[in-house]
Amino acid sequence: MSSQQDDLKETDTEARFEFKKEEKSAFQTEKGLTEETVRVISEDKDEPEWMLERRLRALEQFQEMPMPTDWPGQPDLSEIDIEEIVPYIRPDIDKRGGADSWEDLPEEIQDTFDKLGIPEAEKNALSGVGAQYESEIVYQNMQEQWEEKGVIFCDMDKAVREHEEIVREHFMTKCVPPSDNKFAALHGAIWSGGSFVYVPENTTVEMPIQAYFRMNSEGMGQFEHTLIIAEEGSEVHYIEGCSAPKYSAFNLHSGGVEVFVGEDAHVQYSTVQNWSKNTYNLNTKRAIAEKGGRMEWISGSMGSKATMLYPSTILKGRGASDNHITIAFAGEGQDIDTGAKVYHNAPDTKSTVESKSIAKDGGRTNYRGLVHIADGAENSSTAVECDALMFDNESTSDTMPYMEINESKVDVAHEATVGKIGDEDIFYLQSRGLDDDDAKQMIVSGFIEPITEELPIEYAVELNRLVELEMEGSLG
Amino acid sequence: MATLEINDLHARVAEEGGERILLGVDLTVESGDIHALMGPNGSGKSTLAKVIAGHPAYEVTDGEILLHLSEEDVADIDADLDDEDYHWELLELEPNERAALGIFLGFQYPAEIEGVTMTNFLRQALNAKADEREELFEDEDEESAEAEEDDEGYETSPMEGPADDGEIGVAEFQEILSEKMELLDMDEKFMQRYLNAGFSGGEKKQNEVLQAAMLEPSVAVLDEIDSGLDIDRLKDVSKGINALRDEQGTGILQITHYQRILDYVEPDHVHVMLDGEVVKSGGAELAEKLEDEGYDWVREDAFEAA
Ligand SMILES: Nc1ncnc2c1ncn2[C@@H]1O[C@H](COP(=O)(O)OP(=O)(O)O)[C@@H](O)[C@H]1O
Ligand SMILES: [Mg+2]
Repeated sequence: MSSQQDDLKETDTEARFEFKKEEKSAFQTEKGLTEETVRVISEDKDEPEWMLERRLRALEQFQEMPMPTDWPGQPDLSEIDIEEIVPYIRPDIDKRGGADSWEDLPEEIQDTFDKLGIPEAEKNALSGVGAQYESEIVYQNMQEQWEEKGVIFCDMDKAVREHEEIVREHFMTKCVPPSDNKFAALHGAIWSGGSFVYVPENTTVEMPIQAYFRMNSEGMGQFEHTLIIAEEGSEVHYIEGCSAPKYSAFNLHSGGVEVFVGEDAHVQYSTVQNWSKNTYNLNTKRAIAEKGGRMEWISGSMGSKATMLYPSTILKGRGASDNHITIAFAGEGQDIDTGAKVYHNAPDTKSTVESKSIAKDGGRTNYRGLVHIADGAENSSTAVECDALMFDNESTSDTMPYMEINESKVDVAHEATVGKIGDEDIFYLQSRGLDDDDAKQMIVSGFIEPITEELPIEYAVELNRLVELEMEGSLG
Repeated sequence: MATLEINDLHARVAEEGGERILLGVDLTVESGDIHALMGPNGSGKSTLAKVIAGHPAYEVTDGEILLHLSEEDVADIDADLDDEDYHWELLELEPNERAALGIFLGFQYPAEIEGVTMTNFLRQALNAKADEREELFEDEDEESAEAEEDDEGYETSPMEGPADDGEIGVAEFQEILSEKMELLDMDEKFMQRYLNAGFSGGEKKQNEVLQAAMLEPSVAVLDEIDSGLDIDRLKDVSKGINALRDEQGTGILQITHYQRILDYVEPDHVHVMLDGEVVKSGGAELAEKLEDEGYDWVREDAFEAA
């Protein structure tokens, strides 16, 4: 374990995120969104007719739906002008569906992912890696041992062609339909890239699979779609990382994630989100857990200008369970609105939500959550704990933990704290020799410690480094 | 041999119209000496302690706090030193710089820091102190060269504290720590607990003395270290305080209400604080008299003298 950790640590996180690459692409659509755009994307991808039809239906829904503005205290989205976004950029690569060797990629793309430390991590700690650059997966590889067991890990576009039946059944149908919200509809119309993961019955994928999403061009939108199907008794851990260099124009990321957790299956979905601070990050992520299935969402939101992200789990079968761990960090000019949604639709279901947020330099964090317990979901239990820490009086933290409990035989626990970093605490540490910055950093690391303790090691390392960078940016 | 010299110190609460609390304190503490500072509630003892350590809630309106060091206090420093390096005006320094120079404050109410283990905290504190000392005693040109090196950023995660630059290795640290904990009769399990979080009153006070023992200050100001201790723990804590003086030559300024601890930690000097001033000083017998007769006679004496 520890050697793994050291290897991952060696790459310089700051340099890894801050560089930009000259834009170089093979094909890109015009700015804006019309039926023509959608047709062009679908054609460029050589898609079956049914997918084009789904896209066009989603486009209609997008056009009909108003921009969401009615949530209390929601981030300001008025700057987002779909007409200004380049929805589709196909990078200059030879092979569709991703090369399986880093060397086969154009040098500048190879270089990008090198700096992000992905090939290194792949060698040390991962079962498989997918890397998306702009709108397409450019690299995809999985260790042979998993392929032999029937595990599928491929890019979503390829899955549409090669695993057509199963994709057709699951793709934006019963989990995240385009009608879910305006950005889900947008996503349905112009989605591109992302991963397809299929784990057969009783198969445990021992090391995590990681996907990395990189937006490199100014003013683009990234709309990758991730579909994970874990059959009965299977187990998989999927990690996604995101980053983009900072530009003056805004970028839009609107990913869609659908997870099907089969009976007694276990899926862990971890995200380290470090979009640049001009990115609007508006995602829809949802899981459906069958009888005895277990879903875990781990989300670290550090970057973006505004994030609206509420991974949700539908506990559909008896005894299904859900665990959410959320860490949000908002600095100057950032509005991180995240949370969790859990629907207890069956008896004996269980959920826990732990959220920690930190706001500084005028940033804002909000925990927005919903726990719904349906009538008849007896002996279900839920525990929600959200803690917010503010650095100064300019920063804001809110908590909006909604509960809809329609069953009486349930166990509901809820705890929320909002506090400012204590001057006496800082002074105490300073009086022991720590300077002001180190004292604050120590308090923050202590604040998130109960959560980092539970994280998978590769994830915790990455997260700690990002938190540290954020702290350094504001304090140093 | 270090000397903490407080001259005519005036301080008030640092806000508009803030209360004036210290009204001209004079006090000198030399390393190796034990001073007891007594006085009724609200007389300004804790304020004095916090002002010495640099608490931002107070503004010093007059007077000075000087720290004089001798050759042995800077034995660990490699750089060439000049006269300035031996005489410091603490009021110009940040709290962590004062700590690095050898000032320690044992808090009346220690902060509880969740999520930070004692081990992590103590190692980071020791390393920070060593780093800060280097900076304080370094000459200007070396400093700018170092600043460039520092620009390269952090190398470890905040969970593990700053990069080790070889000041205190893990093994050495563990060894020193075990020794000090044994002296204080503290269980090693403490080291995995979060700093003061959920500690009993007595455990917190023990922990303050442990930290002093680890940081080896020149002068330790211990604010009501004896309150809330049962007799066994009082003995342990006292043993720890005596060891600070006997083994490290630390000067102690012990703030207390009670004669009780003074039976175990025998003071060389006793001072009485009243309404923001030190109005009377004497030997150990003064504490006994205060125990028997209270503070009224001191007040009358002070009033007559004025
Ligand atoms: N931060 C503060 N703000 C307002 N008043 C204070 C503050 N600190 C101390 N005081 C006041 O100053 C006086 C002296 O307090 P303190 O130094 O704690 O006394 P002691 O430790 O001798 O009991 C008290 O009246 C107290 O209320
Ligand atoms: Mg006091």
